[in-house]
Amino acid sequence: MRKTLAAAVAACFVAASPAAIAQEKLKIGVMATLSGALTSGGEDGVRGVQIAAKELGNKMAGREFEFIITATDASPDSALRAARKLVEQDKVQLIIGPLSGSEGIAMRDYSKTVPNLVMINGSSGALETTFVNPSPNFFRFNSDGAMWMAGLGEYVLKDKGFKKISVIAEDYSFPYTQVFGFALGYCRAGGEITQRQWVPLGTKDFGSVIANIPDDVDAVFLGLGGGDAVNFLNQYSQTGGKAKFIGGSIMVDQTVLSSKGAAKKLLVGTPSSGGVADAWDDPRWKAWVKAYQDAFPADKRFASPSLFATNYYNAVKALAVAMEKVKGDISDGGAKLRAELAKVELDAPNGKIKLDDNRQAIATTFITEVAELPNGDLTNKFVRAVPDVTQTLGLSLEAFKAVGLPSRTNPECKK
Amino acid sequence: MSDVIARRPIWSLIIILAVAILVWLVFSIWTPGMEAMFGRKRVFLSALFNGITLGALYFLVASGFTLIFGLMRNVNLAHGSLYLFGGYLGYSIGEWSGSWLVALVVAFLVVALVGVLMQVLLFRWMEGQDLRQTLVTIGLSIIFADLLLWNYGGDTFQVTAPDWLSGPVTLPFAVALRSNGEAVMMTYPLVRIAILVGAIILGVLMWLALNRTRVGMLVRAGVDDRDMLSATGVRVQLVFVMVFAFGAGLAGLAGVVGGTFQSLQPGEDTRILLSSLVVVIVGGMGSIPGAAVGALIVGLAEQFGSVYMPTYAVMLTFIIMVAVLAVRPEGLAARR
Repeated sequence: MRKTLAAAVAACFVAASPAAIAQEKLKIGVMATLSGALTSGGEDGVRGVQIAAKELGNKMAGREFEFIITATDASPDSALRAARKLVEQDKVQLIIGPLSGSEGIAMRDYSKTVPNLVMINGSSGALETTFVNPSPNFFRFNSDGAMWMAGLGEYVLKDKGFKKISVIAEDYSFPYTQVFGFALGYCRAGGEITQRQWVPLGTKDFGSVIANIPDDVDAVFLGLGGGDAVNFLNQYSQTGGKAKFIGGSIMVDQTVLSSKGAAKKLLVGTPSSGGVADAWDDPRWKAWVKAYQDAFPADKRFASPSLFATNYYNAVKALAVAMEKVKGDISDGGAKLRAELAKVELDAPNGKIKLDDNRQAIATTFITEVAELPNGDLTNKFVRAVPDVTQTLGLSLEAFKAVGLPSRTNPECKK
Repeated sequence: MSDVIARRPIWSLIIILAVAILVWLVFSIWTPGMEAMFGRKRVFLSALFNGITLGALYFLVASGFTLIFGLMRNVNLAHGSLYLFGGYLGYSIGEWSGSWLVALVVAFLVVALVGVLMQVLLFRWMEGQDLRQTLVTIGLSIIFADLLLWNYGGDTFQVTAPDWLSGPVTLPFAVALRSNGEAVMMTYPLVRIAILVGAIILGVLMWLALNRTRVGMLVRAGVDDRDMLSATGVRVQLVFVMVFAFGAGLAGLAGVVGGTFQSLQPGEDTRILLSSLVVVIVGGMGSIPGAAVGALIVGLAEQFGSVYMPTYAVMLTFIIMVAVLAVRPEGLAARR
C-alpha cells in the first residue's frame, strides 16, 4: 500500500545520480516501517539513509549505488515478506534494516538461510537478535533496548527520588528489553516496580489502562512509541492525571515530541535514556543535526534527527567504510565484506561504536530530560553520557545469563 | 413492555437481574472481597464507561456503513478512508479556524460531498454488481490512504478539543472510602461524556428520521425491496445519493471525534473499517439498532478485555463475532 511513497523516494535517487553509468549499480535494500504505528519512525529512518547517500556522493568504493526501499509494518511477517522480496525479486545482496524489535529477531533467523546476504540492522533493538544464536551475517551498529537504558535506573532513583514505580509498555520484544535494562539497574539500586501493564502494539484507547495505574507510585515508566505514545498522553491529559513519567527510548524520541497537538507537553521534565540526545553539544552530533536540518525543509522532517534517522545513517556509513576496505568486491558471497564489517570502528555522531564478537555494537548511552525550547519545540536535554555500554550491561556473561531473557515478568523486582 | 415479559419470561428475568447487578456494582461501595475478585472499583467503572464511549464512536462510524449496505447492498470498504479523511480535514480546519464545532460541521459536509461523488461517479454505473463495487471500494481505499500519507505524512495528529470540553469532571459515583469515611468520587474526562451524549442524540434522531418521516419511510422501503420501491415511482437514485452522503458524512464526523479522544495516523483507516465490520456483523447488516447494540458490545469487550485479560483482548472481539455467526448468523438485532 505504501509502495508508491517508497517508489517515489527511490525515483528521487535515480534522478539525482549522474547520468554516466560505468558499471551496474550496486543495489542496497532498505527496510523501514512505512505503515502502522511506527510510520513516522520509518520515514525518519529513510531520511537517515538519504543523507548518508548524499554525503557519500551516491558512491561506495567508487561504485554507484541505489536504494530499494521496502515498507514493513513492525510485524515479523511483514519484515520477512519485505526481505524475501528484496532478495528474491530485486536480487540484492546488501540490506539495511529492519526498524523494530520483533522484525529484528525474524531477520536474524532469515539471514541465516541466505548465506551470501549481508544484513546491517536499521534500528531494531531486541536483545535476543544478537545475543541468542546470533547470525553470522547480521550486524548491528546500534545498542539494544536494554543497553539504551543503562544508567537510567540509578539516575531516577538517586537524583529524582522515584522509589516505587509502575510500568505501562507495549506487548512485544523491544519494550520487554527496555524494561529489562531499566529494571536491572533500578532494582539493584533499591527501587521497586509494583505493577506492569502490557498493552497490545497499536492500542488506541488507554482509558482503562490509565485507571489501573496505582495511586501510591512515585512515577510511571512508559515504554510506548509512535501513535500509541501520543494516544496515551492525550487521554492521560483528559483524565487530568498528575503522575510523573520515566520515558523509554522511543517514548521521548522526536517521533513523539514532534507530534501535532498539545498532549506531548505532559512529557516536559521526563527523564529518559537512549542512543541519542537531541541537545548534546558534541561537535560531531551538531554537524549531524545541521546536515539533517539542511537536507529537508522544516515541515518534512523532525526538529532534530530521531534515534531512527541516526541509526539508519550509521548503518549506511558503516557499510561504506567496509566496502572501501574490500574495494567494493562482494563477488565472493560477501565473505570479505563481513570480515571487514566486524572490524569497523565508527566515529558516529552519537559517540564511538565498535562491534563485539556477536557483531553487536558497544556504544554510548545518553541520559536525557525532556525540555521545552523557547519556540515551543520539545527537545531532549543532555544530562550525562554513559560510554562503552556492552550488551551484558557491565555484568559478566555468566551473571547476565543468570538473569534470564527479557519477558513480561523478568527480571523480578520485589522488595 | 409487559407484552415482551409475558412472551419471554426467562430471558426477561435474566436481563432484569443482570441490569440490577450492574446498577448495584456501579453504586455500591466495594468490599475488600469484591476488590480482590474484580480489582479496584475505579478500574471496573472506568472500563465500563470507556467501553460505552468507545461504543459511541464505533456507532457513529458503523451506522453510516450499515445504512449504505442495507439500502444499496454495497459493502463500502473505503468507509475507513472516509473516517481518516474526515479526521485529517477536521484537524486542518480546527487549526485554521480555532473552532472544534466548525471542524466537525465542515468535516461532515465535505466528506458527505465525497460520498455523493463516489455514488454518482462510480457506484451508479455498476449497480447490482456487488463484487465489482466491493473491489472498487478496496481500490479507492488504497488510493485514499496513499493520498493522505502523501499530504499529511506519517506523523500522529490529534484534533485539539475545545477548552470547555477538556479536563475531567467528577461523577456521582463513589469509588472508595477514605480512612475518615469521606467518599472518593469518580473523575472522568468531560470530552468522552460529550461524545457519548452526542452519539445518543444522533442515534435517537436517526431512529426518529427513519421511523417517523417520509424520507425514512422511503429508505426503509428501499432496504426491504428497492425494485418495488422504484416501480412505485420513487426517484430511488436520489434516495441512494442522500443515504450515501449521510453515511459518508457520519464517517467524516466520527473521524474528527476519533481524532479528538484518540489520534489519527496512517493505518487508522483499516483499523476502524475492521471495527465497523465486526460491529455490523454482530449487530446485523443494515440495521441501525443493530449497529448500536454491536458497537456497545465491541466497545465493552475491548475495554474489559484490556483490563482483565490484556494478552487476549484483541481476540475477544473476534470470539464474540464468531459466537454470533455461529448462533445467530443474521446478527443480534436483525429481523428474522
